[in-house]
Amino acid sequence: MGLKIKHFVIFITIISGGSCRHNSTHLSQITSSQTRIDSSLRASGAFDEFIAPYRSRLNEVLDSTLAYAPQTITKEDGQFNTSAGNLIADIIFSEANPIFKSRTGKDIDFVLLNHGGIRSIISKGNVSTRTAFEVMPFENSIVVVALDGHVISEMVDFLRDSGQAHPVSGIQIILNSDNILNSFMIQGKPLDLTRTYNVATSNYLVTGGDNMTFFKKAKSIMDTDYFIRNAIIDYFKKVDTLSTVVDDRFIKLH
Amino acid sequence: MKRRAFLKNTSVSGAYIGLGGIFIESCAAEQRQVTILHTNDVHSHIDPFPSNHSEYPNLGGVARRASLIETIRKENPNTLLFDAGDIFQGTPYFNFYGGELEFKLMSMLKYDAVTIGNHDFDNGIEGLFAQIPNAEFAMLSANYDFSNTLMDGQVAPYKTYTLDGIKIGVYGLGIKLDGLVTKKLFKETKYLDPYEMAQDTERILKENEACDLIICLSHIGYDYQTEDRPSDLKLAALLNFTHLIIGGHTHTFLDKPTIVQNRKGLKTLVNQVGCYGVNLGRIDFYFDNRNTSPQAKGISISV
Repeated sequence: MGLKIKHFVIFITIISGGSCRHNSTHLSQITSSQTRIDSSLRASGAFDEFIAPYRSRLNEVLDSTLAYAPQTITKEDGQFNTSAGNLIADIIFSEANPIFKSRTGKDIDFVLLNHGGIRSIISKGNVSTRTAFEVMPFENSIVVVALDGHVISEMVDFLRDSGQAHPVSGIQIILNSDNILNSFMIQGKPLDLTRTYNVATSNYLVTGGDNMTFFKKAKSIMDTDYFIRNAIIDYFKKVDTLSTVVDDRFIKLH
Repeated sequence: MKRRAFLKNTSVSGAYIGLGGIFIESCAAEQRQVTILHTNDVHSHIDPFPSNHSEYPNLGGVARRASLIETIRKENPNTLLFDAGDIFQGTPYFNFYGGELEFKLMSMLKYDAVTIGNHDFDNGIEGLFAQIPNAEFAMLSANYDFSNTLMDGQVAPYKTYTLDGIKIGVYGLGIKLDGLVTKKLFKETKYLDPYEMAQDTERILKENEACDLIICLSHIGYDYQTEDRPSDLKLAALLNFTHLIIGGHTHTFLDKPTIVQNRKGLKTLVNQVGCYGVNLGRIDFYFDNRNTSPQAKGISISV
């Protein structure tokens, strides 16, 4: 058959001492195999034909150009902030804030995501819906959590100690060369420990993902039911060119 | 014809060919064969992976699976096809069409039954319900209680099939949804203890339905190292009548079924074929008409 079949036989043999009695079904043997679905198998034409219109419609939508990236955007081009992280965090801010404001009358103060949540580079060239699926394959939604000032302080400690470029928007963290916090600003103002801040993030992180346990101290959580990926797609549709750079929103002084 | 197929099959395990022959010659028993085909965690993978894919280059694809299944069904019409859940989520096909294409293709493939995985709730209980018209297969779960949801009446604990006079009972088991799926999605679906519900259901299939072969479609997961969570391996050891557990959820690539000693000291098979439609699992059960004396319960298994 030319198929790659891992074949083996399992016998379950019931040792029979008596004579044969009929009219009773008796399981005598079990065999097992597994077939790898690879190119040695002919693809059914009927199935291919059935799938084709779904696939072409999907590809048409996925591959239609929404924007242009003048250079490759990656989450590996900076120590504490990156071109990809900054782009995605800024997108979450700009796309989610109008929704949050219309529902609560309040503004989002800042955005925090996780470095690991960005799953792909954005290659130089045309940017499509498929790009958004590559960057964000998960069905994570944007949630806005209310955090007390002292919890924000814990968050800054976490970011300082993480050593990772977790994407942020709306805050600035500057560390000294010895990793001591030099300054921390929210919307250009110092942290007010008596205040509650509205932080937009991913529902994944609020449920304890990536060890961001400070999110468990949220005073309230509002799920926008707006997928991060859809926010990215909506932004791509609005702009012609993706302009994003590594900047000074989260840096360590030398 | 079937006897020839049997001998051909057994010839790969030379040590047993003599034994198989003795049974046939001494009793002249008519052999009947039931073929069970299965997938799990296909996750909306309809097209093969691209040839530059790092893990599964050029593997999978529903159209290829279709021709393989067709070939097997021609060889043995007494074939059943099952899936152990997580049909949905994983490619844009799901995001675009909400599972319509997955269910339509599985109906075309003539799946007989599936159980419900945690990702099958990803568009909510409404999203799953919306695709029911496209499902020409049974949805089975013995431990999800859907009675206070839209899905009420759409899911049975088990189903039986009679092929060539052999009665096969199949039941489904789902994983604990709390902590895995947002409550907003699964709503009032109640998760019941999978071990207890499996024991109850297999007893009904054995004693009330008089099934010759009992199969569990499980999405509880193969095995967990650290956590004390229900798993297929633990389940198998607690059962009395189930012959085969077709598992899912953990995306476990088994080279061959794991054999577990059940509560009666008999052997239960646990199988799982990875994920994304990369493999098709197959288990063949051979039946004859001979009875056994009550004291002859020795089972010899060779893998």
